[in-house]
Amino acid sequence: MSVPMKKFTTPITFLLAIVAPLLIVTIVLRQPRADHQLIETLREKYPVQHKQGADHGQMEILQQDFSNPHEITAACLSCHNERGHELLQSPHFTWEREAYIPGRGITYLGKKNLINNFCTGVQSNEGSCMKCHAGFGWDDKEFDFSNQFNIDCMVCHDNTGTYKKASGAAGYPEMGPDGPDFKAILASMGRPTSENCGNCHFGGGGGNNVKHGDLELALLTAGRNVDVHMGVDGVNMDCVDCHTAENHVMKGKYYGVSSSAAGRLSCDECHTTMPHNKSILNEHSIKVACQTCHIPVYAKVNPTKMYWDWSTATRKKEGKGYEVLDSAGNILYVSMKGDFLWEKDVVPEYMWFNGTADHHLLTDKIEPGTTMLKINTLNGEYRDRNSKIIPVKVHRGRQPYDTENMTIVQAKLWDKEAGKGALWVDLDWESSLVAGMTYVNLPYSGKYDFIPTEMYLPVNHMVSPASEVVSCKECHTRADGRLAALTDFYMPGRDRNKLLDTFGQWMLILSFAGIVVHTIIRVLSYRKRRLAKSQ
Amino acid sequence: MKNHKKVYVYKGFERFWHWNQSLLIFLLALTGFEIHSSYTLFGFETAVDIHNKAAWGFIILIVFAIFWHVTTGEWKQYIPTTKNLRSQAEFYLFGIFRNSPHPTQKTLISKLNPLQRLVYLGLKILIIPVMVASGLLYMFYRYPQDSQIALINIDSLELIALFHTFGAFVLMAFVVVHLYLITTGHTITSNLKAMITGWEELEDEGESTTAKNKESHEN
Repeated sequence: MSVPMKKFTTPITFLLAIVAPLLIVTIVLRQPRADHQLIETLREKYPVQHKQGADHGQMEILQQDFSNPHEITAACLSCHNERGHELLQSPHFTWEREAYIPGRGITYLGKKNLINNFCTGVQSNEGSCMKCHAGFGWDDKEFDFSNQFNIDCMVCHDNTGTYKKASGAAGYPEMGPDGPDFKAILASMGRPTSENCGNCHFGGGGGNNVKHGDLELALLTAGRNVDVHMGVDGVNMDCVDCHTAENHVMKGKYYGVSSSAAGRLSCDECHTTMPHNKSILNEHSIKVACQTCHIPVYAKVNPTKMYWDWSTATRKKEGKGYEVLDSAGNILYVSMKGDFLWEKDVVPEYMWFNGTADHHLLTDKIEPGTTMLKINTLNGEYRDRNSKIIPVKVHRGRQPYDTENMTIVQAKLWDKEAGKGALWVDLDWESSLVAGMTYVNLPYSGKYDFIPTEMYLPVNHMVSPASEVVSCKECHTRADGRLAALTDFYMPGRDRNKLLDTFGQWMLILSFAGIVVHTIIRVLSYRKRRLAKSQ
Repeated sequence: MKNHKKVYVYKGFERFWHWNQSLLIFLLALTGFEIHSSYTLFGFETAVDIHNKAAWGFIILIVFAIFWHVTTGEWKQYIPTTKNLRSQAEFYLFGIFRNSPHPTQKTLISKLNPLQRLVYLGLKILIIPVMVASGLLYMFYRYPQDSQIALINIDSLELIALFHTFGAFVLMAFVVVHLYLITTGHTITSNLKAMITGWEELEDEGESTTAKNKESHEN
């Protein structure tokens, strides 16, 4: 090769050697076009209007004037003659589930007998609590769970939105002229609407959005920005689109009352386990639940209760109970219940969860020195192969406990009459706790105090649009990331070995310093030599 | 004066390999330390993207480079030697300031001085393999999960990540010193020019190593 030729070719090949790979890297790095086929299929599948298979308005047996609601159930079951047996097995009716809990064996636990961190528990308060039971007449321990005619069909299947159970009536609706229009209700009977579910599930804990934070009335009217699935300007899905039922047993469960993973509902039943275009995101789903990234905040419209301190209840002003509201109308203090804290747009806390949970039972002893009692325990850890990180609403509070027997004390809160020990009527802890513990037939020393408690409520609803998901950096960051509390694993971007980093930094600093010193000596000695030469 | 003549020292592939390797290591370090949360530059997601893709580019390049080294016999350049090792170190520490000649002669069959041989060999058999192995494990690490293959059953990313970080620091220190040592050739730019064009002025082959060099050894 001649020298002048080489002058041209070498820079060109040099440039090519650098530029060509750069080009290739750029091309490869281009984002692939999103494949929206699955999501489009789902978008077409779910907005379909459900038409009823039969017009119940034409059925003769439903045209009578019913004198009590048990007769209505009998009328339903005269055609749907197998459904009654199903309902008798459904947790919506039994309020308990059979589950194996390590250390406890086979248990029959549920809302029926567990305590919670809100209104503490249904036992001794059935008359009021059973306004949300899919049955009629559960007002004490004598309720017959084997009688099909104790089932309430309308509370779930009324499509008029007018059926209502009466307050403090153990699940009965008002009958007669002041009661609901049963003819219209029965004529409308059909697939449960979100309103049916919401009647109870939006109001848990005694008011809209009090308990869950991600389940509330706003879901019936809000847009996609609040919930991509239920948004009225989007797919506008119903609860039962995901929470399907087989023989009246619904899919999906709430781990304030459930213990096993059986019947759990997950996003991948529709979205598959590989819904992302990027495999690194699909890979995350091995250890991170979809909800963790896709529900950046909950309680997006109305606030939810984050703290409930029962210890301050029963205070009186001028001999009477009173309440304190904040500027938005939320109750901050009420003599019946104590102090509350509310929050809106709440960032969840994060926990490992494998789909199994344990509960603190009324019979469980509180370990001496316990500073915080877990009302329920979500099982899981990094090394557990079934565990994923999930977003959790942690509801904190203070509950009464027996300082001698070291157990949580069931309080009696509600009664129709004064003087029966109901806290909400009499505003007296002593008699409330005695009445509650007498009802559940457990020992009570008469000495009580209040203990800090926490309850863990997995957040599954109010899924945000893809544009608002949690970004990488919100977790992969050194300080105050969303997962800062989960320390049982190494996460890139969050974790490092400080010793190694210090070593590395000093190695670099010393290398630079060496170069600088070497350069200075080189320059000085060069100058000295040149000076010597010129002399 | 010794005779100098222009020699084609660095072949086409060698230069292609060298410059792409430098580009990839630069990219990998830039994105890698962002993933390490040392600074924010591209954004975490993009940094991970670039890092993973550059890693595959690097692995492919390494495969080609190994093939080239084996087939051309160039791997022999990295056989370590203690001969002149000390005088080479002394040159960088003292001789260079006195404008002493390089203690070892660069020839076609021995392009690397004894120090270079040691350092590059260390890179090739220690640091690069550590980076590739820990990098692949990092990439294919699948977390404790159901129905995983039990053969590589690693339950924590920590050790993998620490090895990878350690290797990255060593490589960066190497790059810093390497960039400086480029300027210590016959002239400040002669080494750089050689790696770009392939041609370098070398002392005529056949000439014995300098007498001065021998003396310094005997001392």
